[in-house]
Amino acid sequence: MRIEPAKSWQGLDLAELWPYRELLYFFVWRDIKVRYKQTVLGALWAIIQPVATTLLFTVFFGRLGGLSKQVSGSYPLFVYVGLSLWTFYSNAVSLAANSLIGSSHLISKVYFPRLIIPIAAILSGLVDFLVAFAFLLVLMAVYHVAPSAQILLLPVFVLGTITVAAGAGLLFSALIVSYRDFRYVITFAVQLWLFATPVLYALDIVPAKWRLLYALNPMVGMIVGFRNSVLGGPLPGDLIATAFLTAAVLLAVGLRYFTTVERRFADVI
Amino acid sequence: MSSKTAIAIHGVAKRYTIGATQDATQFRESIVSMLGAPWRRLRRLAGHQSADTTEFWALKDVSFTVGVGDVVGIIGPNGAGKSTLLKILSRITPPTRGYIDLDGRVSSLLEVGTGFHPELTGRENIFLNGAILGMMREEIRRKFDAIVSFAELDTFIDTPVKHYSSGMYVRLAFSVAAHLEPEILIIDEVLSVGDLHFRNRCLGRMRDMRDEGRTVLFVSHDLTSVRQLCNRAVLLTAGTVSADGDPDSVTRRYEQMNRDPSSAGAGSADRVHPPPGYHLRRVELRNQSGTAARHFDAGDAMEIHLWSSGRAPADSYTVEFKLLNEVDQVVSFGSANPVRATYYTADKDHYICRLGPLPLTEGSYSFSFTVRVWNEARWDFWENAIGFQIDRCDLFKTGHSVTGDHNGPVVIQQEWL
Repeated sequence: MRIEPAKSWQGLDLAELWPYRELLYFFVWRDIKVRYKQTVLGALWAIIQPVATTLLFTVFFGRLGGLSKQVSGSYPLFVYVGLSLWTFYSNAVSLAANSLIGSSHLISKVYFPRLIIPIAAILSGLVDFLVAFAFLLVLMAVYHVAPSAQILLLPVFVLGTITVAAGAGLLFSALIVSYRDFRYVITFAVQLWLFATPVLYALDIVPAKWRLLYALNPMVGMIVGFRNSVLGGPLPGDLIATAFLTAAVLLAVGLRYFTTVERRFADVI
Repeated sequence: MSSKTAIAIHGVAKRYTIGATQDATQFRESIVSMLGAPWRRLRRLAGHQSADTTEFWALKDVSFTVGVGDVVGIIGPNGAGKSTLLKILSRITPPTRGYIDLDGRVSSLLEVGTGFHPELTGRENIFLNGAILGMMREEIRRKFDAIVSFAELDTFIDTPVKHYSSGMYVRLAFSVAAHLEPEILIIDEVLSVGDLHFRNRCLGRMRDMRDEGRTVLFVSHDLTSVRQLCNRAVLLTAGTVSADGDPDSVTRRYEQMNRDPSSAGAGSADRVHPPPGYHLRRVELRNQSGTAARHFDAGDAMEIHLWSSGRAPADSYTVEFKLLNEVDQVVSFGSANPVRATYYTADKDHYICRLGPLPLTEGSYSFSFTVRVWNEARWDFWENAIGFQIDRCDLFKTGHSVTGDHNGPVVIQQEWL
């Protein structure tokens, strides 16, 4: 093996990542274990967070803001479906973004592909998502909503969301190492992002001529696709295709930036 | 020495860029340069100075090869580039120039217990730490019983390690590391932690590794263990190899270098690799007449002056020193807070400690400094910040100086009747 100076244009070396698959597994396992060990309510938090937000939004946006009128069916259920995926997404992005500086000790003492750290942060959130999703099935039973065959498409949108989270998470995590300012950017960026995504409101309130521009936010297609495959409803092909395209571009950009700067991490962290 | 090469280092150099406040500024700088001149003028009006970044070559041009089965000790003074070389060999940081060829499965140990999580049990941490060190799950499972019994803590293996004593913690951590089976082992001075019993076990394990024919690269301050373990030593000074050969002559050369008064600074030292953010940046030792010095006699008074990089993160903190002798044993400890009966405030950036009369025997000593919130977060740790020499120890005016070799580092004030 040869150790050389960092190239200015470093590619992604998948063959190099493969031997470290077990370390990825152990990081995910550690994050999940520690998270549940330190909390009294454990997995309940995975439900409490989206449920509390749903209640809040139902009162303020649904009732007082009148958004519930645009939604066919139950507004709380509508919001909860979107929020269960959104909560996973926003947690994944912020955990991934802060994961590198949270592991600064490891980075300055041991070598392994740094990519593992933010990826583990994203994957460890999947358990919470599964719990929240299980509760969604309970809610659907309560509201007498039966899932259609479209529900089989659901994993596609979860994978898509992981792709978006990985793209944004990698980009932010690498930026935060060099520029700590981005820690503050990420918090409100994710908050604003929620309002640029049809979680609280139906897609119809966006004027038709702005739709494609709006769909450049890949989470638009992911949320709409996810919700409609759970609750039944049309799957707008243009939005979903755009979403997967921008998700792929975002991931490519994130990966490219990350792999280019990752060898510098130990010097600046 | 074997004819086959395990490690070949070719002209390796490493440059660090040291900025006053490295991380935050660069981003601001890049935005500033984007926005152009008007904003720069504004900043100057507001009293900002542009960050002057200085280059620093931690390693200048290092080349040497290590044969398969060699045990090589790397020695040298602080700032000579030992840890930088170690970090490059461990792939933690890339070299700026040059390259290294490694032939064989490498494990590098810059500390024991990397990645231990306090909430996880001993069992869980063995798997986690093992994976971090590069072991496969199957391999860890196979060695698990051996690791536990080597660490001597069977009954506590399912207890979270936060409840462990520091001795148990280090034993477990070392035990995992001791079960690595690399072809090339790159190891930092992890041996200098722990008690004598533990150090001996570490040395024993290193000896086993040597006898099993593994290649070991060992960075150390402890010249005795270098002489005992290694069949070759490399002396680094100021980022270059200044001696390379059999351990006895190289370590002797290093000792002579240390004793040479002309090589000692004027009694002050600046931080070589300052961490980003708040840190101690400069230390000065002053003698009774108030001039900076590195040479003292027993019975002298000493004044330590420490300067920090600027405003501390918060109020209510203390500064501590540890005084160590030649073999890195702690001789004494002191902390500002209990002595001053009050904490330092955030705006303080110059700390003074008056010490003495020094009850120390002949020999060389060094200080490490810590800035911390009492019993909590450690804001800065400056290891081996500065060394000094006790030239003469004749506290009782007998005309006979006491050396540290057989008499210990300290002379207690005494009267014989």
